[in-house]
Amino acid sequence: MGTIWFWLVAIMIVVYVLLDGFDLGAGAIHLFVAKTDDERRQVLASIGPVWDGNEVWLIAAGGTLYFAFPVLYASAFSGFYLPLMIVLWLLILRGASIEFRNHIKSAVWDPLWDFLFCASSLLLAVFFGAALGNVVRGVPLDASGYFFEPLWTNFRLTEETGILDWYTILVGVLALLALVMHGGLWVQMKTSGKVHERAGRMADRSWWGVLGLTALVTGVTFRVQPQVKENFTTWPWGLLFPLLAVAGLAGVAFELRKKEERKAFLASCAYLTGMLISVVFGVYPMVLPARNPVYSLTVATAKAGDYGLKVGLIWWVLGMILAAGYFTFVYRSFKGKVVVDKDSHGYGD
Amino acid sequence: MGQALDVHRLQFAFTITFHYIFPQLTMGLALLLVYLKTKALRTGDEHYNRAARFWARIFGINFALGVVTGIPMEFQFGTNWAAFSKTAGGVIGQTLAMEGVFSFFLESSFLGLFLFGEKKLGRIGHWVAGFLVFLGSWLSGYFIVATDAWMQHPMGYRIGANGAIELSSFWDLLLNQWALWQYAHTMLGAVQTGCFVMAGVGAFYLLTKRDEFYGRTFVRAGVLVGAIAALLQLFPTGDIQGKLVANNQQPTLAAMEGLFESKEGAPLAILGQPDVEKRKLDNPLEVPEMLSFLTYRKWRAHVKGLADFPQAEWPDQIPLLYYSYHVMVGLGTIFIAVMVVSYFLLWRGKLFRSRGMLWTLMVCVPLPYIANTAGWMTAELGRQPWLIYGLMRTANGISPRVAAGNAWFTLIGFMGMYTVLGILWLFLIYREIELGPEPGNRPAGEDTAVLAAD
Repeated sequence: MGTIWFWLVAIMIVVYVLLDGFDLGAGAIHLFVAKTDDERRQVLASIGPVWDGNEVWLIAAGGTLYFAFPVLYASAFSGFYLPLMIVLWLLILRGASIEFRNHIKSAVWDPLWDFLFCASSLLLAVFFGAALGNVVRGVPLDASGYFFEPLWTNFRLTEETGILDWYTILVGVLALLALVMHGGLWVQMKTSGKVHERAGRMADRSWWGVLGLTALVTGVTFRVQPQVKENFTTWPWGLLFPLLAVAGLAGVAFELRKKEERKAFLASCAYLTGMLISVVFGVYPMVLPARNPVYSLTVATAKAGDYGLKVGLIWWVLGMILAAGYFTFVYRSFKGKVVVDKDSHGYGD
Repeated sequence: MGQALDVHRLQFAFTITFHYIFPQLTMGLALLLVYLKTKALRTGDEHYNRAARFWARIFGINFALGVVTGIPMEFQFGTNWAAFSKTAGGVIGQTLAMEGVFSFFLESSFLGLFLFGEKKLGRIGHWVAGFLVFLGSWLSGYFIVATDAWMQHPMGYRIGANGAIELSSFWDLLLNQWALWQYAHTMLGAVQTGCFVMAGVGAFYLLTKRDEFYGRTFVRAGVLVGAIAALLQLFPTGDIQGKLVANNQQPTLAAMEGLFESKEGAPLAILGQPDVEKRKLDNPLEVPEMLSFLTYRKWRAHVKGLADFPQAEWPDQIPLLYYSYHVMVGLGTIFIAVMVVSYFLLWRGKLFRSRGMLWTLMVCVPLPYIANTAGWMTAELGRQPWLIYGLMRTANGISPRVAAGNAWFTLIGFMGMYTVLGILWLFLIYREIELGPEPGNRPAGEDTAVLAAD
């Protein structure tokens, strides 16, 4: 039962990254691919109707994590206290800047929100990557099952680690580049004209960075977290996941050359899915590795009671079918390229 | 002050109080939007669609702020209340996860369509989108109230092998009778906020002699729905909530009422200041035997005072609890008076000409916000010193490794950020009201939305 939920939560996190990933990426490149007000409206329009639905995946994944692994939620959230609070503030700033920007047209109003939107998206991508890096590297858990990490200590991988050290920063930068590529491909697919061209170029350039850092981070990770190597040796079929990531990354380059914008975006989805599932597969059955492996939280020690997990399975499946239905409907309704329309909210008057 | 426990409590109280400004309006407005869209569908009058769009813009701003200030609430269960989450996450995680899975997906998906897709969806489709936003927001309210109700009156649980609380009955958690009544009471409070805001804006238009068709529509909708909500708020929902507290949280009832000594034929304190050190109510203005009657329907019934309970069982903020409760009840009474008189004038066809009553409706706008906040403070301060009533003390629920200094850092951060958000919110809402529901007042290029071309 715990293992089932381990994978269900992992899937929800992957969906979150795929969906909110493109709007975070779109935010991170906002100032660079869109220069005029019309162009910026195009970028915002490409994510406008869907970004908060995407963010709901974070809330739903968080809620599901809380319900299935309360011990992990308690330990990880209190241990990552400061970075999570900073993430919250960034999410607030970002949400406010998307929502408030178009209410007023003024030479001092929109640039402010455009800047905040871009900066908060960029930093969120780095922080989410660093958080993933922390989970892989392991945290200073002790016998109490709790820990508290400062933002940084000496940036080295010692016992007293901080949130940011050279490894987690590296993962953070990879996350940023990967989401820049992902967001660039999305914006390219949804827009036309100059924004479309610049977003495509942005995705193309970041591809090289993603390629280089993926190779580097993968190599380093095998040293930082020995469990990863062990899992891939025990269950070699798990190598399918890194293969998916490689195929996805190759696919992005291939489809970009062929100008297949939709397929390029889907290939980027495959890359992100492959990378994330590889990590999840690599740390299983740990849910939060400790620097001292004795204190690691595992599926068995972190899960909630079996009755609750069984009941949860019923409503969760039902809820996900409904959610998949809504998302399909919404994305279909807003399919195609955006046009910035002078009509207010699509009404006739 | 300065102990980690106090800072964690203050941060949660501050962030949730600020957060609840937004959902109480959106939940109430969602119902009124369905009302306006139904009117539009039935009469075919385009004015009602414009009225709905106007309120949808205000809804959108509040919804966005509700979302961004809501995420910190979920996070804080883990960041600041880790020991509580570790113990009880297996139970309350159910309702919190269900909120995400069942209501937020529904709400956010269809709000996008409701705000951006009116042309695409057509008349009926747009009504359906509005209805689903209403459904999503009201479901979300239920899951949150069910979570709180479990903390007030835990049901359907057992203590597991490792000391953690486990779920033992899903339906006992979900259909906790405390949750059902608290939900009804909470939602009526939200409806009243929606109604007072809508009627207040309508009154503003009528008093300033602009957009008068809309002014009348808003006042009518606000008063028709608001009068019913105000009455149901008191009876049966408020009354039964009171009885649930009297039966299950006896020290809380005594503290709310400022009753220090047990009495047969206990009086109801209307005014007065509790002096906890001297264990008495100063300057009391009381109705004799009323508390006994309201609680047990017998004039001479025995009501236990605080003195009957060990001090360790007393809520730890008695004056604040007492005032919250009295403010809530006092304002609720005022709302009944205002709404019933308005309703009567509306029925007699005099409301739109009665400047006094329109003024009253306009200045009442902030009051339901205060009443809703006071109501939640009554519930949560009344639960003290328990985090989960009878099972876990608040002091045992905080994150053991998060120092007071770190909690202060984030509390100050939230205060700063929310001050800015609050100012922006007032500014943008005022601006929407000033621009009004008629299209054409809006400067070109603003609020340009987005349509996907096929």
